Amino acid sequence: MADAAVRVEGLWKSFGSLEVLRGIDLEVRSHEVVCLIGASGSGKSTLLRCLNLLEPIEAGRITLAGDDITAPGVDVNRVRRRIGIVFQAFNLFPHMSVLGNITLAPTRVLGRSRDEATAQAEALLGRFGLLDKRDDFPDRLSGGQQQRVAIVRALAMQPELMLFDEVTSALDPELIAEVLEVIRELAAGGMTMVIATHEMGFARETADRVCFLDGGVILEEGPPDAIFATPSEPRTQQFLERIIAAHRL
Amino acid sequence: MAGPRPPGRTREGRQKPILIALASTIVFFGALGWVVVNAPGWAAVQTSFFDAEVFRASLPGMVAAFGTNVQLFLIAESLILVVGLLIAVLRSLPGPVFFPVRVLAIVYTDLFRALPGVLIIFILGFGVPGLQIPGVPNDPFFWAVVALTLLYSAYVSEVYRAGIESIHPSQAAAARSLGLSQLQALRFVILPQAVRRVIPPLLNDFIGLQKDTVLVSFVGVVEIFRTAQIKQSALFNFTPYLGAALVFLVLTIPLARLTDWLVARDRSRGARSNA
Repeated sequence: MADAAVRVEGLWKSFGSLEVLRGIDLEVRSHEVVCLIGASGSGKSTLLRCLNLLEPIEAGRITLAGDDITAPGVDVNRVRRRIGIVFQAFNLFPHMSVLGNITLAPTRVLGRSRDEATAQAEALLGRFGLLDKRDDFPDRLSGGQQQRVAIVRALAMQPELMLFDEVTSALDPELIAEVLEVIRELAAGGMTMVIATHEMGFARETADRVCFLDGGVILEEGPPDAIFATPSEPRTQQFLERIIAAHRL
Repeated sequence: MAGPRPPGRTREGRQKPILIALASTIVFFGALGWVVVNAPGWAAVQTSFFDAEVFRASLPGMVAAFGTNVQLFLIAESLILVVGLLIAVLRSLPGPVFFPVRVLAIVYTDLFRALPGVLIIFILGFGVPGLQIPGVPNDPFFWAVVALTLLYSAYVSEVYRAGIESIHPSQAAAARSLGLSQLQALRFVILPQAVRRVIPPLLNDFIGLQKDTVLVSFVGVVEIFRTAQIKQSALFNFTPYLGAALVFLVLTIPLARLTDWLVARDRSRGARSNA
């Protein structure tokens, strides 16, 4: 059997005395789209931050295409090149143009020439309808545009895995669609993705698999139709009922 | 990110207090001026401090001597910008390995901020050349630059550090998540933003430094203050000191205004981006 794109085994993470992740097991195949759902504080964001080693873990193992990335002495910078992450608050670099944001890591980390990095950035910007924003600074862009640039910035490193941390939660409702459209297109293109989201409609239609996190564990997982239509765990049912009550599904 | 600011007063709302302030200022200083000029000792003060003849005779020499002060602070400022940044970066290095480096940086900033500048200038300007160590320069100008650099780098490193710490950790997280090393994140993402933020306080420290260049006259550097002193004792008149004061005002007041303008501009920008 081929190695999974990512395999997480027995992952524990706490902040001080607060245990946020309490034994996560998760396997993501190549080209698979996995959505993480669950209440705020259930550990979705922390799990994503652990996956690209932004947070040190207490116990467990994470392998990326068979490579143990939690082993001691691993070069975290090399690991992070292979994993793209997009944050809720965009986190674009405000002192750089859109092009500068996108070409920084390819030139400085991968050692690409400026021309090569620029050409690649322009191709990506064109693909997502942002080419005319090339020379703008982030504060000139709408939230939706900023988030799409942030996605392009991560894609410019040609990662083998993309992580999305509630990327539409900080957006005005009318700007959410354009960002989700980009992610849909990536899914259609076969990108392996782990997506923490509160957009249940999106998760249902885009995910190959949905994981419900509760209290730091994956309480229930399965195909979206099964999770959303016939959840087996009472906690999952309660969570989805609250979502429906809030008209988010 | 800064919180929302209360809205500023409108232009109309500001104008009336300005007019009142203007009127009361004219009345106040007019009265004060009248009292001073008509005071019994005024004639003596005028000959001793405001002698036009002495002023005309002494000013060119002092402006020339001020070249030494300018040279001094231009060299020192360039060095301070580099040394201060280095200390700030050393102090923000994470991890247990760098503990001694951090301690060193902290001891340095504490020490040189705690000591009077004159003391450092004397110790280095007289003390070190007095050791007569071969190969060590005994030029007072050299030690003056060293003393001012050591003194002001301590302040400036704290300014840099405040700037570095004001950049939200999410910026570092974004940089590191792209595979940039700690140093690359600092150089390309954190520092450019931090430095931009601390330009006004840096200018403030440099105003202080420019004034403190007169301290080095104590170790034998002939600059504007020493020149004024020489002229004062030759002419038995204090006007040269006022000439020196005027030269400083011409330099430092515009710089102080520029600093305040930069601060005000940053503030209004912050208000706009929070809107």
